[in-house]
Amino acid sequence: MEVYTAMRHFADSWGLLVMALFFVGVVVSTLRPGAKSSANDAAQIPLKED
Amino acid sequence: MNNTVPIVALTAGAFLALLGAGFAHDDLFAAHMWVLFFTLAASMIVLLRRVRFAPAGEAAVRVDRSGYFDEVIKYGTIATTFWGVVGFLVGVVIALQLAFPDLNFGPWFNFGRVRPLHTSAVIFAFGGNALICTSFYVVQRTCRVRLFGGDGLGWFVFWGYQLFIVMAATGYLLGITQGREYAEPEWYVDLWLTVVWVAYLVAFLGTILMRKEPHIYVANWFYLAFIVTIAMLHVVNNLAIPVSFLGVKSYSAFSGVQDALTQWWYGHNAVGFFLTAGFLGMMYYFVPKQAGRPVYSYRLSIIHFWALIFMYIWAGPHHLHYTALPDWAQTLGMVFSIMLWMPSWGGMINGLMTLSGAWDKIRTDPIIRMMVIAIAFYGMSTFEGPMMSVKAVNSLSHYTEWTIGHVHSGALGWVGMISFGAVYFLVPKLWHRNRLYSLAMVNWHFWLATLGIVVYAAVMWVAGVQQGLMWREYDSQGFLVYSFAEAVAAMFPYYVLRAVGGLMYLAGSLIMAFNITMTILGYERQETLPGAVPAGLQPAE
Repeated sequence: MEVYTAMRHFADSWGLLVMALFFVGVVVSTLRPGAKSSANDAAQIPLKED
Repeated sequence: MNNTVPIVALTAGAFLALLGAGFAHDDLFAAHMWVLFFTLAASMIVLLRRVRFAPAGEAAVRVDRSGYFDEVIKYGTIATTFWGVVGFLVGVVIALQLAFPDLNFGPWFNFGRVRPLHTSAVIFAFGGNALICTSFYVVQRTCRVRLFGGDGLGWFVFWGYQLFIVMAATGYLLGITQGREYAEPEWYVDLWLTVVWVAYLVAFLGTILMRKEPHIYVANWFYLAFIVTIAMLHVVNNLAIPVSFLGVKSYSAFSGVQDALTQWWYGHNAVGFFLTAGFLGMMYYFVPKQAGRPVYSYRLSIIHFWALIFMYIWAGPHHLHYTALPDWAQTLGMVFSIMLWMPSWGGMINGLMTLSGAWDKIRTDPIIRMMVIAIAFYGMSTFEGPMMSVKAVNSLSHYTEWTIGHVHSGALGWVGMISFGAVYFLVPKLWHRNRLYSLAMVNWHFWLATLGIVVYAAVMWVAGVQQGLMWREYDSQGFLVYSFAEAVAAMFPYYVLRAVGGLMYLAGSLIMAFNITMTILGYERQETLPGAVPAGLQPAE
C-alpha cells in the first residue's frame, strides 16, 4: 500500500478513535462532580500574589 | 554583567555575515548579509561599550524586587508598543497606496513588498512580542518560579526574535520572499527563527516543569499550545531546498495542491494558534487580574482549551474552496470551522462572565473596557469566520475585501485590544508605578481604536459584498456585466474610508506610546479618575 493511503486509512480509523476517546475523556473528567473544588482552587492561582 | 558570551557570539556572527556577503551566490543574498553584518556589528559595539571593569563581586549587584526575571519583560512591552506603532503606520501607508497608486515608490516601497512588511510587523513583531513578554510574565507568576534557563536564555529569546524581525522586514523590502502568505521569509531566516523558537520552548516548558504551584494554570496551557503548534507549523510549512547555501532562493518540498494545502494548514493555524490560542492565554490571566475576580468557570476554560486545539487544526482547507483541493477536504475544513463556533463562544462567554458581579468596572476602568471590547470582537470575528467558511458564502466573499474586513475585526479588535489591555496592566506593575500616567488617555485610545475598527470593518463588508456581486453579475445573454477594472475603480471611496479607519487606530496607538513612555519616566498626570465621585455631589436621599 502507498504511504499516503496507509496514513489516510489510519487517520480515518484508529487515529480518529483515539483522538475522539481522548477528547471525550477530557470532557468527562473535567465535568465529573469531584473536579469542581480543584477547579475552583486552580482558578484562584493568578489572584494569590501581586 | 559583562556579556562575554553574547559579545563573542555577535563577533563570530558578524564575521560569518561578512563572509556570506563576500561569497554570495546572488546580489540579494549579499545585500541581506550586509544588513545582517551591520546589525550584528552595531549590537556588538553597544555591548562592548557596556563592559565594566569593576571587581567581580560589585558588578553582579542588581535590584530584583519581585524575584522574577522581569527585565526582559520590560523590554518586551516597549518592543510591543514600538512594533505596534510601526506596523499600524505601514498599514495606513498600504491602505493609501491602494486608494492612490501614485504612492507606490518602486522598487522597495511597492505595495507588493510593503504589504508583507505590514502583515509580519503586526502579527509577528507586535503580536509576537506581546505573546513572548506576557507569556514570560504569566508563566513565572502562575508557576511561582523564576524563568527557566537563567537570564541568558530569556535575553536570547528576546533579542534573537528581534533579529528575526529585522531580517524578515529588510528581506521583504529588498524583494526576498518565498511567496507563502505569513511565511514569506526565506530559508535562512526560517532556520534562525527555528533556533529562537526552540529556545523559547525550552524557557517556557522548563519554567512549567520547575513550578512550585502544583496545578498548571489554564493560561499556560494556551501559551504552550501556541508555542508547540507554531513550532510544528513553521517547520513543516517551510520545508524547502535552497538553490545555494549562499543564495536567497529556495524551492518548497511539496508541489501543486499539496503545497497549497500545507500553506493553508499553516496559514489558518497561524490564526488559530498564534492569534487565538496565545492571546486566549493572555485573556485567562489578565482579565481575572484586572477585574480582581477568578475566571467565571475554570472547567469551561479547560473544555474551551481542548475543544479549540482539537478542532482548529482541521479548519485550514476552507481557504481553498472551489480549487483543485479534493471536495472531501474542502467539506472537512468547512465542517470543522463551523464546529469551532462552540469553543469560541464558550471562551467568549467565559471571558465576559468573569465580570459578572463587577459590571460597573466597565464604566470605571478603561483597561477593563479595553479587554471587554477585545473579547466582544473575539466573539464577533469567530462568528463571522465560520460563516464565511460555508462554501455558498465563500463563493461570494472569497478574494474580496470582505476577507480583509474579517481579518481586521479579529486582528485590530481581538488581538490588538487584548494586547493593549495587557500592556496597560503590565507597565505600572513592572516599573513599580502607582498607576498609568493618564487613564483619560487610555479612554481616548479606547474610543479611537474602537471607532477606527468599526469604520474599517463596516466599510470592508460593504466593499467586499459589492465587489463579489460585481464579479458574478451576468446579463441575460450570459456575459459578465462588469470588467475587472470597473470593480477596482468602484472600490476607491471604500479604500479612502478604510485608510481613515486605520488612521484612527494608529492615532490611538500613538496616544498609548506617549502614555506608556510617560508612565515609564515616572510622571502622573493630574486628572479626575474615571468613576471617581466629584466633590460636592450628594447621593439622592
